Amino acid sequence: MFNRDFTQAFLRNKGAVGGLVIVAAIILLALFADLLFPGDPWDMAGAPFGHPFEDGLLFGSDMLGRDIASGIAHGARVSLLIGLTSTVVAVLVGVLLGALAGFHGGRIDDAIMRFTELFQTIPNFVLVVVIVAIFTPSLTSIVVAIALVSWAPLARLVRGEFLTLRSREFVQAAITCGQGNATIIFRQILPNCLSPIIVSASLMVATAILLESSLSFLGLGDPNAMSWGFMVGSARTVLRQAWWMSFFPGVAILLTVLGLNLVGEGLNDAFNPRLRRKRKA
Amino acid sequence: MREPVRFLRRVAVAAAIACTAPILAAPLPAFAAETPVKGGTLTAIIQPEPPLLVMGLNQQAPTQTVAGKIYESLLTYNFDLSPRPSLAKAWDISADGLTYTFHLQTGVTWHDGQPFSAEDVLFSFKTFLPETHPRARALFGRAESIEAPDANTVVIKLKEPFPAFLQAFEVSTTPIMPKHIYEGTDFRANPKNATPIGTGPFMFDTWEKGSFIHLVANPHYWQAGKPYLKDIYFKIIPDAASRALALENGDVMQSQYNDIEPFDVARLAKLPNLTMTKKGYEFVAPVSWLELNTRVAPLDDKRFRQAMMYALDRKFVRDKIWFGLGRIATGPINSVTKYYDGDVKTYDYDPKKAIQLLDEMGLKPGADGVRATVKFMPLPYGETWQRLGEYVKQAMGKVGVKVELESTDAAGWGKREGNWDFDITSNFLYQYADPSIGVSRTYISSNIRKGVMFSNTMGYSNPEVDKLFEAAAKENDPKLRQEDYSKLQKLIVEDVPVAWLLEMEFPTLLNTRVHDAITTAIGVNETYADAWVSPK
Repeated sequence: MFNRDFTQAFLRNKGAVGGLVIVAAIILLALFADLLFPGDPWDMAGAPFGHPFEDGLLFGSDMLGRDIASGIAHGARVSLLIGLTSTVVAVLVGVLLGALAGFHGGRIDDAIMRFTELFQTIPNFVLVVVIVAIFTPSLTSIVVAIALVSWAPLARLVRGEFLTLRSREFVQAAITCGQGNATIIFRQILPNCLSPIIVSASLMVATAILLESSLSFLGLGDPNAMSWGFMVGSARTVLRQAWWMSFFPGVAILLTVLGLNLVGEGLNDAFNPRLRRKRKA
Repeated sequence: MREPVRFLRRVAVAAAIACTAPILAAPLPAFAAETPVKGGTLTAIIQPEPPLLVMGLNQQAPTQTVAGKIYESLLTYNFDLSPRPSLAKAWDISADGLTYTFHLQTGVTWHDGQPFSAEDVLFSFKTFLPETHPRARALFGRAESIEAPDANTVVIKLKEPFPAFLQAFEVSTTPIMPKHIYEGTDFRANPKNATPIGTGPFMFDTWEKGSFIHLVANPHYWQAGKPYLKDIYFKIIPDAASRALALENGDVMQSQYNDIEPFDVARLAKLPNLTMTKKGYEFVAPVSWLELNTRVAPLDDKRFRQAMMYALDRKFVRDKIWFGLGRIATGPINSVTKYYDGDVKTYDYDPKKAIQLLDEMGLKPGADGVRATVKFMPLPYGETWQRLGEYVKQAMGKVGVKVELESTDAAGWGKREGNWDFDITSNFLYQYADPSIGVSRTYISSNIRKGVMFSNTMGYSNPEVDKLFEAAAKENDPKLRQEDYSKLQKLIVEDVPVAWLLEMEFPTLLNTRVHDAITTAIGVNETYADAWVSPK
């Protein structure tokens, strides 16, 4: 799948490469947060309400004198951690249920799809807020809540792919050869519908990061974890006095989500043979 | 005790006051010398919108501010909490402290023209308030008898001496309700609740829900020639930025409590058309603290609690989190409450001393530098309290105590606080002028009551403190009372059942055209019979 054609198609897409650079930079920032900004991001590093570059703090300090730059670096960990883990969980659940529904069809399909619709009819954000409020905010409850609202569209997507692929000849051949259901699902069909899954997963990471930011903005984030949404949320009341407190974390959210979306688009284009050819022409 | 929950939800406790102190000191007395002008209109912010305006049925902060103009009680209080006349023109207390005699004003009528008499007072104290108002119920539970020998006299006999009783006749504690309207009815369902009738200088006119409440001057008010104002508009403005703007451009002339976001107060106070005062909150005088559950290790050790006091830089808390609003508390009694004594052990910011105390307890740092872990559930009343939680976590972390923050919503917080389901939480309580009304409830062991919010939830018990509180509550001689209170303040400050933070202050912002508004310890809840607005 990731052959030279694909790589070339992806690299030719300038937006996608830009997105990849941004995402890579954020990942590096998260990985080396402890080296770049040693110490606790919650610690007071300078005088409160310090402007950018004051006290040697690149992005200034917040209302308790905490280093904004350090908060952004450490917040990148939380955002990426939540974005990735909740996506992994959602992909596992979504793929499994979608595959079962699409492969078996009939009653199983009906049951699973009605269950999926249940989740699709409730507005995502409202459901996340309710779940987190019930289980008290912590990293685990936030990951679970985000995963819970994210898997449904993926399940539908995978089901659709399975429905079309199931009647293909290679699947018929596998059945004739006597392969078991599990083998057919995971070895035959799934590899053939990986590209839409990868594309939507990359977009899901972006959505998850936005969801987490919104939660922390509302004060429903993990109170012990520094996060971008929390930084924006806590600084919004002093926006007129200290723009930098909410500006820089806001930019961090913007760039990350933009980067992930660009990568997702790029992947989509590169996976799609027709688009790939168009670009060549 | 539910009032604070409402108006402090958004606790915006306020901004760099230091620089504005000269401004507020100067103009008020200067203007007081001028002659009042009749016929002005006052506009004030009211936020949030009160649920109803009948003071006997609801005592939330916004209700008090509006209904305080409509209803009156027997007394009101000077800034030093000494009583002064309202519906009672004079009063005497028998030498044994058991009999309180109130002589009522004459020629007082209700807003509907019916005459006011001692019968209304009796009805309010014996029937109406005990049914609807927990604080009043507790107070009148101390009465042996309440009688009216004639139409202008009320005599209350107490079961045992309770000198704080004289602090109970403030309008939110004991508003006088009209007997002719409520007698024999279901008080809460009375149709007249929509058009409240009182004896105050202002009468209810209209209430446009979600927009404004309009009160007009009472032409038959018992103080001849008053009120000076023609009418008052209370404007409901839910958005904080709009409130600031309305004050700024003169659309409204008054804000109180947390109407203005803390960081905005300093800016507004400096504007030429506004003045700011922190007076007028002496009666409620809240003190904020960290509530420490003394049933849980290591909080059960006095040395740990003292270490917390040393580890917290309360000056930082005041200046950076509360934007300069408040005074650093020295102990259980607010310095503006009666019988305060500042001669107690002091806990200045000193992390070294904290570490020393923790070492002494045998709490040595582990490999990760952590000596102990405690949980902290911040009061869910908005930003400021959240910042406090973050600060406490960092400050305690510096002396090796790991603090884990827990989030709750307002309902969950109340349940867990009342049921002792916490290690540390933040809180504040009103003191209501006298320690035996608003302070003892936090520290006496007989008030350790599971399921009751704002009781002795720490489980603090010191028999000597109990004895002193009991003796002081009954002591008629103010000197001996002071001795008891001084002693118990020393004991409590040594024990640190709560880690006191600040004596909270609130800003009242007034347009410079408004005069003589804040004249008593109940501030914006006063009748405003004396307030006036100068022409533009």
